Amino acid sequence: MPFNLLVLSCLLYVAFLFAVAFLVERRAARGRLGWLRSPLVYTLSLSIYCTAWTFYGAVGYAARSGLEFLTIYFGPTLVFIGWWWLLRKLVRIGRQYHVTSIADLISSRYGKSNLLGVIVTLIAVIAATPYIALQLQSVVLSFGVFASAAPDGSRPLDPGQTAVWVAVGLAFFTILFGTRNLDAREQHHGIVTAIAVEAVVKLVALLAVGSFVVWGIAGGVAEVIAKIDAADLSAWQVEPGRWTGLIFLSAAAVITLPRMFQVMVVENEDEGHLARASWAFPLYLLAMSLFIVPIAVVGLERMPAGSNPDMFVLTLPLAEGQGALAMLVFLGGFSSATSMVIVESIALATMISNHVMIPLWLRLRPGAAAADDLRSVVLMARRLAIAIVLALGYGYYHVSGGSAALAAIGLVAFLGVAQVLPAMLGGIFWRGATRTGALLGLLTGLVVWAYTSFLPSFGPGAALSEAVFTQGLFGLSWLRPQALFGTQTMDPITHALFWSMALNVLAFCLGSLFTFPGPVERLQGAAFVNVFEGSVGPQRWARGQVDPEALLGMAQRILGEETALSFFQDAARSQGKEGFLPDPTPTFLDQLETRLSGSVGAATAHAMISQLVGRATVTVEDLMAVASESAQLLEYSTQLEAREAELTRTAGALREANEKLTQLSLQKDAFLSQISHELRTPMTSIRAFSEILTDGDLPPEAVMRYGRIIHDEAKRLTRLLDNLLDLSVLENGSVQLNLGLASLQGMIDTALTAARQTRPDRDFLVVRDLPSEAIYLKTDADRLTQVFINLISNARKYCDAARPELRIVVRQRAGRVTVDFIDNGKGIPKDSQSLIFEKFARLTDANRAGGAGLGLAICREIMTSLGGAVAYLPGQKGAAFRVTVPLRLERQAA
Amino acid sequence: MTQHVLLIEDEPNIAEAIRFLLTRDGLRVSHAAEGAAALQMVWQDPPDLMILDHMLPGMSGLEILTAVRADPKSRDLPVLMLTARGRDREMAQEAGADCFMTKPFSNAEILAEVRSMLGQPRRGG
Repeated sequence: MPFNLLVLSCLLYVAFLFAVAFLVERRAARGRLGWLRSPLVYTLSLSIYCTAWTFYGAVGYAARSGLEFLTIYFGPTLVFIGWWWLLRKLVRIGRQYHVTSIADLISSRYGKSNLLGVIVTLIAVIAATPYIALQLQSVVLSFGVFASAAPDGSRPLDPGQTAVWVAVGLAFFTILFGTRNLDAREQHHGIVTAIAVEAVVKLVALLAVGSFVVWGIAGGVAEVIAKIDAADLSAWQVEPGRWTGLIFLSAAAVITLPRMFQVMVVENEDEGHLARASWAFPLYLLAMSLFIVPIAVVGLERMPAGSNPDMFVLTLPLAEGQGALAMLVFLGGFSSATSMVIVESIALATMISNHVMIPLWLRLRPGAAAADDLRSVVLMARRLAIAIVLALGYGYYHVSGGSAALAAIGLVAFLGVAQVLPAMLGGIFWRGATRTGALLGLLTGLVVWAYTSFLPSFGPGAALSEAVFTQGLFGLSWLRPQALFGTQTMDPITHALFWSMALNVLAFCLGSLFTFPGPVERLQGAAFVNVFEGSVGPQRWARGQVDPEALLGMAQRILGEETALSFFQDAARSQGKEGFLPDPTPTFLDQLETRLSGSVGAATAHAMISQLVGRATVTVEDLMAVASESAQLLEYSTQLEAREAELTRTAGALREANEKLTQLSLQKDAFLSQISHELRTPMTSIRAFSEILTDGDLPPEAVMRYGRIIHDEAKRLTRLLDNLLDLSVLENGSVQLNLGLASLQGMIDTALTAARQTRPDRDFLVVRDLPSEAIYLKTDADRLTQVFINLISNARKYCDAARPELRIVVRQRAGRVTVDFIDNGKGIPKDSQSLIFEKFARLTDANRAGGAGLGLAICREIMTSLGGAVAYLPGQKGAAFRVTVPLRLERQAA
Repeated sequence: MTQHVLLIEDEPNIAEAIRFLLTRDGLRVSHAAEGAAALQMVWQDPPDLMILDHMLPGMSGLEILTAVRADPKSRDLPVLMLTARGRDREMAQEAGADCFMTKPFSNAEILAEVRSMLGQPRRGG
């Protein structure tokens, strides 16, 4: 057959599918679907379960492993016949809650968690990519078969180029019909019908080639049965473990494969269709598998050794010169591949755009949600996602080189999507399943699957090094990807299945048991698990069966999550129950009503409870709406509370200010009292001695002495008044600084001379380093000298060493000069060091030197006005003070 | 017999003035500048009158007074308290001072007070 004819018929076939899809879309748009909405179309569309993998690969599978290929059909058959109620529940949930994909299902069930949606999407994309590559490969292989069979061998076929064209063509077709418009339910009537047509084509093709093989080549049923009996592959080499595993795997896959979910749940028109499909679909599968073994046996017998058994369906009729039949088979395989790719990429594109691209876009462009063009953005995202999915599939095909046997990749992909199963089943049957549990389960499953199945599928040395295969990850032998925990006896797929599912389920259950679901989650969980009871919900309350979970959901909206939960937990504990849900006894309902009435008022609380208990026909949703309104009221009262808190804060600040003022007033009293004492003491001496002198009758030396005392005390009074005046001026900040350049050495000289008046009897050793003092400061020299005098005088007064000594140390750094005055006395006790700069903080008997206890307070004020500081230097042998002063004091404004 | 006055005052000039006045008046005056020495003197050489300054370094005048009143030997010792601050009168009386004077005082005032406390007749002046 000329190769060009093949391409032409391919194009014609695709054009025919276009036409079918187009016409159906038009009828759907007019709302006249008629027979197109029949259970037959639904059942046929389910046949995308049979991809090119089963169309071509099943024969190869049978030729290699005997009857094991049947497991791939057993799984779905068991699900459709035995687990019909599970499918019905899925379909009901999907229709009732407008589920758009399997990722959407999981994410909605677990409190609308987009993170879960993203993870499911990730798993689906990872698992589907090799699967799509597989379809491309089958198309390329079948093209190759024709090309090599062409007698003139006209055009050497470039497989890569073929794959590109197929991928681009499929992307084009899918975008055209998959994203024509946005349907709230993501239904695509045109595509579904086209797929039903393709399902018929692949079934007819397989039956035709089967019939040809049985009656045309082998010569009848009896002969074929004899051949089968003779062949090895008919032996029922049933390995129970592996068979159970494979049946489980295909059963899981038929529920969790994104494309199956798409046609089975999302595209479902009528729940009743499922009832028909529950027997019709297994029948279809039976028909598809009917001739697999005969074709395999005859193929093995007729075809030359080494020919690819995956292609027997095609190569057998070609070898027998049946060009037209081969063409039909080719179109059947082409149908299998294209229908799978189209639906898979639609399903994946929905997930990618809804859970990844749109959330990202909305985050990057806040406010866009309100914009009108969101619709076109979603469509663009959808189209882009389809292109990405197909590009990924092509990329995988290109990288893997299209070498691996078809069946192996299919099982790996099945196992990947099966990781969603625990979260899915748990979500619709177990209300205790939580978001955290689902998250842990999915991630665990994803990691274990990737490590034990997906990465090893590339072969040793590709994704995982050879060493990891033989010695395990990090050299830990129990971490070998195909012998986890030393389980060497299982074959790789059973091994991967066992560990990934076991750990997945374990993580899911533990995570769910140890976490509390949030309110949205609990609502969604109840809605999903009780989907069949939803319509009769209100009547159930009438029968007195109050759902404590619904009560909790309502209470949480009103009281806040934590409060309500602890209230329920306490009630459950007082009833002697485990967990957080008490029995809805009348006592508990009374308690709850009292509690709720505190937030929403007694009447509303009573109405809500009695409605939940079932005296009125309201839905739970209505109640939730009421509760939401209450939440707004609550928010308002929270605002009031916030204002009250602010008032309390203001009052606190006022109280604080008042306390401060009182404190200041107390300080002022203490200060005045102190001043009074300081003034009265010299006055007492002066008055007493002046009266004594007035009395007369004294020896001249006594007169002299008492006159001297009066003079000294008068001077003390003057000094005290000077200091007080000084301090008040300094503290007011109204001091006039007289800035100028002055030598530090000169100032210290002056200060030392002046301070000698204090206790002139004492002989002080002063240690200085004159060169270090050769600094010119721009400051108020008189004020600074005053500070120096004060510090040196203090040393002279208080240093109690036998040979008193004063060290003056000058340092200069970073525009500042420090002058330390260190004596060799006892120093100042630690607890007094913070007091010495306070007014009248004399620590010892000051009368010896006649100080008023204002000196250091004045020093501190002076240094502040000079832009420097004076501080006590702890840790020296004696008393030590450090004066810090800027090298250049600039006059400040104002 | 010469009556004995114990003067407790940390200001040396004030102490000297009071000592001069009382000695001139025929009394025996002993002097201490702080609490510990003062208490020792109270118990070793019991005076007939104690003149006690309020503001003292270390032990305050009130603390000394409390210690004096707590001891049976000196419980009834007449005490004249001197203070330079206004609001100490109540505290002094509570602590058991018999008399209280605010600095600065006139010489005549303190002499009259001391004589009256020692049970001597007031002289003119």
